[in-house]
Amino acid sequence: MADLKLDQIRKSYGAVDVLHGIDLDVKDGEFVVFVGPSGCGKSTLLRIIAGLEDITGGDLMIDGELVNTKSPRDRGIAMVFQSYALYPHMTVYKNMAFGLKLDKQDKAAIDARVREAARILQLDQLLDRRPSELSGGQRQRVAIGRAIVRQPKVFLFDEPLSNLDAALRVQTRIEIAKLHQDLKSTIIYVTHDQVEAMTLADKIVVMNGGNVEQVGSPMQLYHHPETRFVAGFIGSPAMNFTSVTIDGVEQGKVTVSVPGGVKSVLPFDVPASEIGSQVELGIRPEHLSLGDQGELTVNGEVDVVEKLGDSTYLYLKLANGDRVTVRAPGHSRVKIGETVTASAPAGAAHLFNGQGKAFTKVDCPAEFSAED
Amino acid sequence: MNFANIRREDASRAVIVHAILLTYTLVALYPIFLVVINAFKTRKGIFKDPMGLPNADTFSLEGFTKVLAKSNFELFFYNSFTVTIVTIVIVLLLAAMAAWALSEYKFPGNTVLALYLAIGIMVPIRLGSVSILNLVVDMGLVNTLTALVLVYVAQGLPLAIFILTEFMHQIPKDLKEAARCDGVGEFKIFFAIILPLIRPAVATVAVFTMIPIWNDLWFPLILAPGDGKQTITLGVQQFIGQYVTDWNAVLASLSLAIIPILILYLIFSRQLIRGLTSGAVK
Repeated sequence: MADLKLDQIRKSYGAVDVLHGIDLDVKDGEFVVFVGPSGCGKSTLLRIIAGLEDITGGDLMIDGELVNTKSPRDRGIAMVFQSYALYPHMTVYKNMAFGLKLDKQDKAAIDARVREAARILQLDQLLDRRPSELSGGQRQRVAIGRAIVRQPKVFLFDEPLSNLDAALRVQTRIEIAKLHQDLKSTIIYVTHDQVEAMTLADKIVVMNGGNVEQVGSPMQLYHHPETRFVAGFIGSPAMNFTSVTIDGVEQGKVTVSVPGGVKSVLPFDVPASEIGSQVELGIRPEHLSLGDQGELTVNGEVDVVEKLGDSTYLYLKLANGDRVTVRAPGHSRVKIGETVTASAPAGAAHLFNGQGKAFTKVDCPAEFSAED
Repeated sequence: MNFANIRREDASRAVIVHAILLTYTLVALYPIFLVVINAFKTRKGIFKDPMGLPNADTFSLEGFTKVLAKSNFELFFYNSFTVTIVTIVIVLLLAAMAAWALSEYKFPGNTVLALYLAIGIMVPIRLGSVSILNLVVDMGLVNTLTALVLVYVAQGLPLAIFILTEFMHQIPKDLKEAARCDGVGEFKIFFAIILPLIRPAVATVAVFTMIPIWNDLWFPLILAPGDGKQTITLGVQQFIGQYVTDWNAVLASLSLAIIPILILYLIFSRQLIRGLTSGAVK
């Protein structure tokens, strides 16, 4: 178990920069998830930590030790690959024991470790099988087992659930969460799936275009996104955005005109210089409800209705052409083509300036805040 | 077009393809068949009816008895076998390691080196026979099996490296990286993971390397024609004279010479069929 420190990590392939100076602190025992769209550099960063890619610039410390030039085997890491990458000609047992045997460890000790890992992952019955005789979920567990037996300082997971089907993904996700609770190990986990990020992470690192957009707990990112990118990336379905004009600014209050709706007063600290400018208003679908009881209202025609049973998603088309998703109760009887009004409390709103940076919300109500 | 039509077209295509393949197989196998049947005939039988199967009148084992009793057949056999096996082992080891280096590691001159090694596929080694002979004489290796092994290794390496490099490219990158994260050294990765996975390719290369060596007459003739060092193809030549050719003995020894190569081929071809990478990565 160990902490990890990234200091201005940069990576370029020839003239192409893929990572532009990443700073990150990972505490001992923390579960950190790198999340972001394809090509944002999250996998590259993980491979740099693993030692599979050279560092172009910056320092990487594992357990207080500079490991920039160390090979993967000397870094005390173990990695689980998206493709499992099991040795196909070896049994499950040999797959797990292979790395240990090379360290010239005592045979009985190796055996004990492999059997312990197999017990944790419920692979006891499968130790004599080959990877080709296993299902996808079992293969993934073997890959995790191969990492566990090494007792590494840091576990690295590279999109480990992407190849599994939906049901198995949920199940394995829970198993990984339990594993982290049991082992209390430092884990770095890469995914493009924000649900995995939200459910597993102590700390999420949202990456975009080779930069870190925001680092924080899942709830911080959900309630207090610092940028429009983070706001749009975290949460499912994605946050609604629409352009609004700032009409007036007071101490801790801002008046905006919402398209297809009325003027609304929102609790944000906005400089007076922004009056008259176009900003982006964001509201999560789950904070909108049908009716006009909230301070922030929108009107629109229902385009598409998705019934999920527990809830119904309504896709509205506003007067200015923007689309807004509303989460209505499962028993909602709204039909396509109807014009409906939806509203949200002012405290649920997010406001982003022209550069996509969030304005500070004042007096945030408890239900829209990450504080406990 | 309905499904029945499609099926009929498929069937007729299959018939045509198989007809072509069967014809080719017959053409390829018939000379061998002739060699084998005539090996079991009397001299008279061979000349009277070369195409016919041996019958009660013409059946005879005189060729085999002559070969086994009157010549150093076991020695020729032993020489051929030694040269072939030693060459295969050296070629496979060197080619696999070279292929691994060329496919896995990026170093300056990688592509140039790969091209240089591939040139050997295009240039027949026999063009260099004179200089090879000079070299072998200078090294004092005339009439040794070592000379043959060295020449055959040089002859076999280019194609072997080429084929194995292509196969190594196909091994998933994740597998090597997983091994590196697992703390496995590069040599161990090569011998314990890569080699077992490219066994089918290694078997292919073994077959490609082995057959021309076993059948070669040229280099044994110029490099090791001396007594005691002849290979089987060269040994057979003693039955072929300027005026009289002992066809019984020639055909019998050729028939016998097929056996070991057939056995080796069967061993290697079992490996060809297996696809071992299944289950490694999804």
